[in-house]
Amino acid sequence: MPFDEMRLEDGSVRAPYLEVAKWLEGVTSAQLERRRAEAELFYRRGGITFAVYGDAQGEERIIPYDIIPRILAAQEWAKLKAGLEQRIKALNAYLADIYGPREILKAGIVPPDLVWRNPAYRPEMAGLAVPHGIYIHIAGIDIVRVDGDDFYVLEDNARTPSGVSYMLGGREISIRLMPELYGAHRVAPVENYPNELLATLQSAAPRNATKDVTAVLLTPGQFNSAYYEHSFLADKMGIELVEGSDLFVRDSVVFMRTTEGPKRVDIIYRRLDDAFIDPLVFDPHSMLGVPGLFAAYTAGNVTLANAVGTGAVDDKVVYSYVPDMVRFYLGEEPLLKNVPTWRCRDPNDLAYVLDHLSELVVKEVHGSGGYGMLVGPHATGADIALFRDKLKADPTNYIAQPTLSLSTCPAFVDMGIAPRHVDLRPFILTGADGIRIVPGGLTRVALRAGSLVVNSSQGGGTKDTWVVES
Amino acid sequence: MLIHVRHRTRYTYDHPVQSMIQALRLSPRNHEGQYVRRWQIDLDQEGTLRPGEDSFGNVLHMLSLDGPLTSLCITVEGEVEMLDTNGIVRGALEKFPADLYLRETPLTLADAAIADFAHEIAGKAGSNKLKVLHGLLGAIHSEIVFDTEQTDTATTASDAFRLKQGVCQDLSHVFIAAARHLGIPTRYVGGYLMRSDDNIHQEAGHAWAEAHVDGLGWVGFDPANGICPTEAHIRVATGLDYLGASPIRGARLGGLAERMEVQVTVADSYPQDLAQQTHWSKPVDAIQQASQQFQA
Amino acid sequence: MLSRTADSLFWLSRYVERADYLARVLEAAARLSALPKAYGSGTNEWESAVATAGCTDLFRKFYETPEAANVIHFLAFSEDNPSSIKSCLEVARNNARAVRTAITSEMWQTINGAWLELPQMAAKATDPDSLMDFLDWVKEISLRFDGSGYRTMLRNDAYWFARLGIFIERADNTARILDVKYHVLLPEHAAVGGGIDYSQWAAILRAVSALTSYHWVYRQGLQPWLIADLLILNQQMPRSLASCYGAIAANLERLSSAYGRHGESQRLARSILVQLENNRIEQIFQSGLHEFVTGFIANNNRLGAAVATQYLS
Repeated sequence: MPFDEMRLEDGSVRAPYLEVAKWLEGVTSAQLERRRAEAELFYRRGGITFAVYGDAQGEERIIPYDIIPRILAAQEWAKLKAGLEQRIKALNAYLADIYGPREILKAGIVPPDLVWRNPAYRPEMAGLAVPHGIYIHIAGIDIVRVDGDDFYVLEDNARTPSGVSYMLGGREISIRLMPELYGAHRVAPVENYPNELLATLQSAAPRNATKDVTAVLLTPGQFNSAYYEHSFLADKMGIELVEGSDLFVRDSVVFMRTTEGPKRVDIIYRRLDDAFIDPLVFDPHSMLGVPGLFAAYTAGNVTLANAVGTGAVDDKVVYSYVPDMVRFYLGEEPLLKNVPTWRCRDPNDLAYVLDHLSELVVKEVHGSGGYGMLVGPHATGADIALFRDKLKADPTNYIAQPTLSLSTCPAFVDMGIAPRHVDLRPFILTGADGIRIVPGGLTRVALRAGSLVVNSSQGGGTKDTWVVES
Repeated sequence: MLIHVRHRTRYTYDHPVQSMIQALRLSPRNHEGQYVRRWQIDLDQEGTLRPGEDSFGNVLHMLSLDGPLTSLCITVEGEVEMLDTNGIVRGALEKFPADLYLRETPLTLADAAIADFAHEIAGKAGSNKLKVLHGLLGAIHSEIVFDTEQTDTATTASDAFRLKQGVCQDLSHVFIAAARHLGIPTRYVGGYLMRSDDNIHQEAGHAWAEAHVDGLGWVGFDPANGICPTEAHIRVATGLDYLGASPIRGARLGGLAERMEVQVTVADSYPQDLAQQTHWSKPVDAIQQASQQFQA
Repeated sequence: MLSRTADSLFWLSRYVERADYLARVLEAAARLSALPKAYGSGTNEWESAVATAGCTDLFRKFYETPEAANVIHFLAFSEDNPSSIKSCLEVARNNARAVRTAITSEMWQTINGAWLELPQMAAKATDPDSLMDFLDWVKEISLRFDGSGYRTMLRNDAYWFARLGIFIERADNTARILDVKYHVLLPEHAAVGGGIDYSQWAAILRAVSALTSYHWVYRQGLQPWLIADLLILNQQMPRSLASCYGAIAANLERLSSAYGRHGESQRLARSILVQLENNRIEQIFQSGLHEFVTGFIANNNRLGAAVATQYLS
């Protein structure tokens, strides 16, 4: 039995869920169904949609929303928060190091080829002093639980993590549709996230920026799957939502084209991948970026959030070294656990993985979105055979982990209220004036019974996450 | 030997260009066997030229111009004192450990054909890396025909290898792809070559590769000529592939179609006709690296 | 404000206005063609509808002879025609989506709802009666869009760019009707008189929703020079060139005072407005109605280009 965050195996209710359990007993399926439908309408009306790549209809879909909130006690959150702060400091120090003095390589802790041959490592960033030494201004660190004690990090997302608009949308729905339940708790607010993000961005302005700094959000455009989130965040922060063609660089300074003439830009929250930001330095065919942007960045005239090349920590082999980074850079023991990881690049690990495929989860080193992975216990013989061949052909491309029994939370599904597996993506903001984390984050829930895959592209939904004072 | 270089790039546009930005890697640096006596970049239009250095240690100038412009001519001119070093590069500014140059790039990805080719050469040459590299050099030089018509700046190593045709850039990419596939760090070099015949006028700069051999360091290989670089090879920029060492990468707003003409003169004495010569290469429609279009 | 945002607002308004205009043009053509053949004037109403919509050349790439079915399809539903009603609503919606947060939710819901409803509405418009329903629906959308903008938008640069788009497009549309129909307004033609002329004149007025207004303003039967006066010089008539330019100049003035800077757009708009204000219809007929209208269309295009250069790029 997986660990259920509401109900222990003996049937007793865990303290943070006492109110929820009581509420669930009093509420009918019809009432829940009506609220579920209203929540869906809220998302549809608001156009809170995402586009599905490769969908010929170009249909805009909504991510299923489960109205039963997930509860974390304030003490649980405090522990998690401390771990997240520690981890983000270590990840940032690692990036500053691999683009700077390379101490961790000299110390023999991380194998150098994980840097030099990592496609997400950007040699163009080497030796560049980024404003305030901050690389990862916005991170999404995916967290799972297997028991009441520990939090495990599943993966680090240091490029352009998305999903925060669902966190905020979920809270809006809780307040509107579940006032009685919401009112029965002291829920820590998340609504101030856009303010916190703006403060973080503004604090990270280059030192030679003008006093009234101008921040913008750079989007690939309205056909991007996360466009809604881009426009939502820009709007809530009161900054311009720009596309590459709205910006230009003159003499290593970035300007935006406005109806009142060129206006200097100091900070760019970019939701555009590294490869596309500047055709003069990266993909020469990119029409989405800004020619000369990287030169302006190099000259210290603009802050890019996140910095270029932060994906070098997203790699699943690099992930396995993060606890070592915490020890190396901070001299502390990691507060958050890593999921034990077999690196298939190591022949001993590979041999073990090949012998235990039916028990393990095998992932591509650079994979994401729940694609390209094998969940051993749920896989067919043919799938396992296929992965066996893949592993033998290109072992460096894979890691393996034990199949975690992810925690479950009550969810309202077709059959009524049932436990479903969840994870949590808190958003960690790092500015020149410190780290900010709004309490909670985005809970993703695998709505299919037994499924461990929470990704929205694979039938996952979201839940509001309440950090409550007892 | 003192080598004189003049490299002109002239752009003309159908409509006035509103603004333009370019990244220029057009300036050589000193190292053993290469000493830059004099070097300058001139523009025939008013613009700002901001000098700097990229993360690989190449001299990088950022050029910004405001329109309207209907043409632009960039002239690079200088003198470099060269000594033969048997192709070995010493004393150059190195920003990365050699292993970085094992990275794959889209232009230098070894497909199955290049991988097979590399293994075949390596099988014949045995365990000596230098022998393997010379094997690749000879084989690529003889198998791929030098041809300026079949490929362009976006041609990948595997495309050139399949065509068995290409220019110095393509041959270098094939060499890089094959050597990296064998686990040998290899990089791209852009520069100038003084030809051994008396023809001092050329239509483009030159390109070759450098591979890292334990004990020797970086060693040059010029697959277009089937030789190791000599005192006639002036190194200007290095990178993982052409894009990292490209002499000019630019973008502009407006201008519609662009024509680019390149004229390179490399000679061991100051040529008599350098001042008035007008030996322009055949005009080509340059590939616009990136343009910006707006709703009318 | 971002230039691209202003550009999208400007074009969003223009395309909604254009869809409305196309609906009126089709309605007028359908009404004229329904007249008994005895009134046949030798002119092809469908051909002139295509001309009034400004897409004769493109039409000829797809069809030989303009007739009811192909013109209705081409002007209302064709995806090959970037100025069909369908294309206009689609471009408008894309522009609206690009500036989703710069317009009010009422405006967004109108244009997004129209875009979502369009396939069913188009599928139903199979016979003349349901075509009229479709055209009414299009006019309704434009009224709602216009009205919701008027009632809900903040009076700032976003609003002024949106209004500018409406009036530059509207001036262009009115001028196009005059350009195609000027010959029925000429005195030598008027001398012929008769029912056919009356129908033609009435059709012009209907296309700009001004048949009733005409009677209110002039208190007499339809006279071609008065129709021209109403459409060109009358400042009370909301679709007249003079009225459009009054609004254009006013919106440009608001922009220039908000931004503290005058430019080519303001100079050009004032000069066109003054030309209209100081003109008399007799003078226009004397120096040539056709020449006047052609000159106006060119000037209006120049203003559009000046606005684009000054603000939208």
